[in-house]
Amino acid sequence: MNLWAAADQPTLADFGHDVWWIVLIKIVGVFAVLVLMTLFAIVFERKVVARMQQRIGPNRVGPRGSLQSLADGLKLAFKEDIMPAMADKPVYFLAPIIATIPAFVAFSVIPLGPVVSIFGQQTPLQLTDAPIGVLVILAMSAMGIYGIVLGGWASGSTYPLLGSLRSAAQMISYEIAMGLSLVAVFLYAGTMSTSEIVAAQADGNEVSFFGWEFTGPSWYVVLLPVSFVIYAIAVVGETNRAPFDLPEAESELVGGFHTEYSSLKFALFFLAEYINMVTVSALAATLFLGGWRAPWPISIWDGANTGWWPLLWFFLKVVVALFVFIWLRGTLPRLRYDQFMRFGWKVLVPVSLVWILIVATMRTVSRETDLSAGEVALYVGVPVALVLLVGLWLGGRASHRDTRLDAVEAAAGSNHPTQIQPEVLPPAGARRRATGGPSRAEGGFPVPPMDLTVPPSPRLRRQPVSTGGEPVPGAVVGTGRRGATTSEEDGDA
Amino acid sequence: MTPETAGVVIGTGEAVVFWVLGPLALAGALGMVLSRNAVHSALWLVLTMLSLGAFYVVQEAPFLGVVQVIVYTGAIMILFLFVLMLVGRDSSDSVVETLRGQRIAALLLGAGFAALVGAGIARATQDLPVAGLEAVQGGVGGPASGNVEAIAGLLYTRYLLAFEVTGALLIVAAVGALLLTHVEREPGSRQTQKEMSRARFLTGRPQTFPGPGVHARATSVAAPALLPDGSLAEDSFATGIEPEQVEQMPRPAGREQLGSPDAALGSLDPTLSDTPGGRTGGEHR
Repeated sequence: MNLWAAADQPTLADFGHDVWWIVLIKIVGVFAVLVLMTLFAIVFERKVVARMQQRIGPNRVGPRGSLQSLADGLKLAFKEDIMPAMADKPVYFLAPIIATIPAFVAFSVIPLGPVVSIFGQQTPLQLTDAPIGVLVILAMSAMGIYGIVLGGWASGSTYPLLGSLRSAAQMISYEIAMGLSLVAVFLYAGTMSTSEIVAAQADGNEVSFFGWEFTGPSWYVVLLPVSFVIYAIAVVGETNRAPFDLPEAESELVGGFHTEYSSLKFALFFLAEYINMVTVSALAATLFLGGWRAPWPISIWDGANTGWWPLLWFFLKVVVALFVFIWLRGTLPRLRYDQFMRFGWKVLVPVSLVWILIVATMRTVSRETDLSAGEVALYVGVPVALVLLVGLWLGGRASHRDTRLDAVEAAAGSNHPTQIQPEVLPPAGARRRATGGPSRAEGGFPVPPMDLTVPPSPRLRRQPVSTGGEPVPGAVVGTGRRGATTSEEDGDA
Repeated sequence: MTPETAGVVIGTGEAVVFWVLGPLALAGALGMVLSRNAVHSALWLVLTMLSLGAFYVVQEAPFLGVVQVIVYTGAIMILFLFVLMLVGRDSSDSVVETLRGQRIAALLLGAGFAALVGAGIARATQDLPVAGLEAVQGGVGGPASGNVEAIAGLLYTRYLLAFEVTGALLIVAAVGALLLTHVEREPGSRQTQKEMSRARFLTGRPQTFPGPGVHARATSVAAPALLPDGSLAEDSFATGIEPEQVEQMPRPAGREQLGSPDAALGSLDPTLSDTPGGRTGGEHR
């Protein structure tokens, strides 16, 4: 198996020697894959979110609604293209293009598979690679910010401007956390090229645990769990997805930076967002989930990592990562902006800095003492992780002690959950009460007025008004527009 | 490629990239100076920076090229834009010269500075021995195994002190900015969201206050909101302003104004306006 892997595994020397038509095929292939993945991801998202909300979701266009996003895309293309009067025309036109192009370019360094044969040419299943492969993705996501920022600014309208300001601050902050989470991977793999990072995760770690020999997992999601968690959180902020979708918070900013956009320009923004989602999912698969290599039970089969099969494993991993994105959107409410920024700067960045320090120390220790990465993880990482988890659990119990005791008392019936707690501020009372009467809600939750009388509707002024609560026969009840219930119909019923 | 000819031989690809991106970089620089709108200036500068990044990559310094894009284009220029966007979209530079003759002076001094720097660099690099890329960063088996490793080796051995000092400078700048913008607050002097929410629910009015002019026939702050029966809502009185009685239109109430409820809703008989264009279907079919 290792022999096969060694033969198929592309190295950096394999890139840059392709015939021009192979390069063309690869470019068109990457483009097609991204557009298809976008069409798929939109339907997938709507279907999954619908299931999570006890609905069916799109089910009209195509078999089981699978062509819905294609229909929506065509509809968007034929819509009227509106140029706002206040818009800065050249920038307004450029912004969606600037957002889309980097999204496509970033995918060019994602390895989709091993060396395969295309029309007799041996070539790696990856458009290109460089010693700085992953940094290309970071650079392209940095360029993508321009599209959003300029789109919001050029619209000449308040909500888009606010949305783009938010997104600029958010994407810069979370790009720092994202970049820091990747550093540990670079340290472990010893390279920044995507294909070599996949190669570094190829073979398991030979670990002997008190005479018991076994092969440990080599995926970085297992070896560097903290990095993976930080990456997963940071990319959700980086791609402006729920629960971090503050730039386009519907309840506050209408649509955020793309409020004024319509037709194809809006479609380009939409495309860029979903391509970014696919790209960061693919990057997660590449850096942390073993890339195109088959997961363990399948990798026993020798042919799993050869030929075109790895494409399947790769896209399965991408779809799983996309599902997690959608799952988050279906589950979590949106954060408040200040909480969100505080989380990025005061939690994610310090944690990843400390984690890099730990990883670098462990690398040095293992190099000095001739231990393999797996042995370090087993003898140092696992005990430390256990101690940390137990510590966090105990700390959480200690800090929530009061709540827990209250809950126990409430369960025993000795206190009332809605009783006012002493630390609560005294009630401020009614602000201005015209009648001068006592405030109804003094010292408790608000109650409706006990002497509430609803004045009769002016429409019913000439009608006999019932007093006992029973509807008087012949009274007009319905107010539907066309199907206004008349007294005759009431009489029938 | 031997060291003697390394600086002279330029491949076709490199030449094409140079002649495409060189004018673009120059156009970006000129556009940056000449455009009236500050955001447009920033965008022209971005064009120049991107071209420079591409040049670095072509010169086999991919790490430098990508860092140029990430740091300068991705972070610094975005922060510039951030500030410029807050200035306002329509604020263009004034064309009035406040200092007499400053343009000519700037032109002359700029040209002089460029000549000085150019001459200095030309003299310094005149008979510089060309080592070639192979000797510095090498391929596999060279002194270092690539661009990234070569830069890292130099940065963390020979230029370690400069690197650390630069880092310290940046940290001091960041901490200083934080210190200047920091607002001192007594701990506990600020209600948390939970406390404010509880305090609000203990009043007689847990909901928000009505804004001025809600249900009123004027948009002035002085116009108080009206309750459904037409009386003034005291909660909406603006502080410091006498509530002003706005002239009210007759409020429709009862049959005299509204007609019968069914008539107000429309009738079931088709009218002319039910068909598009107000015509009957047969006419233009």
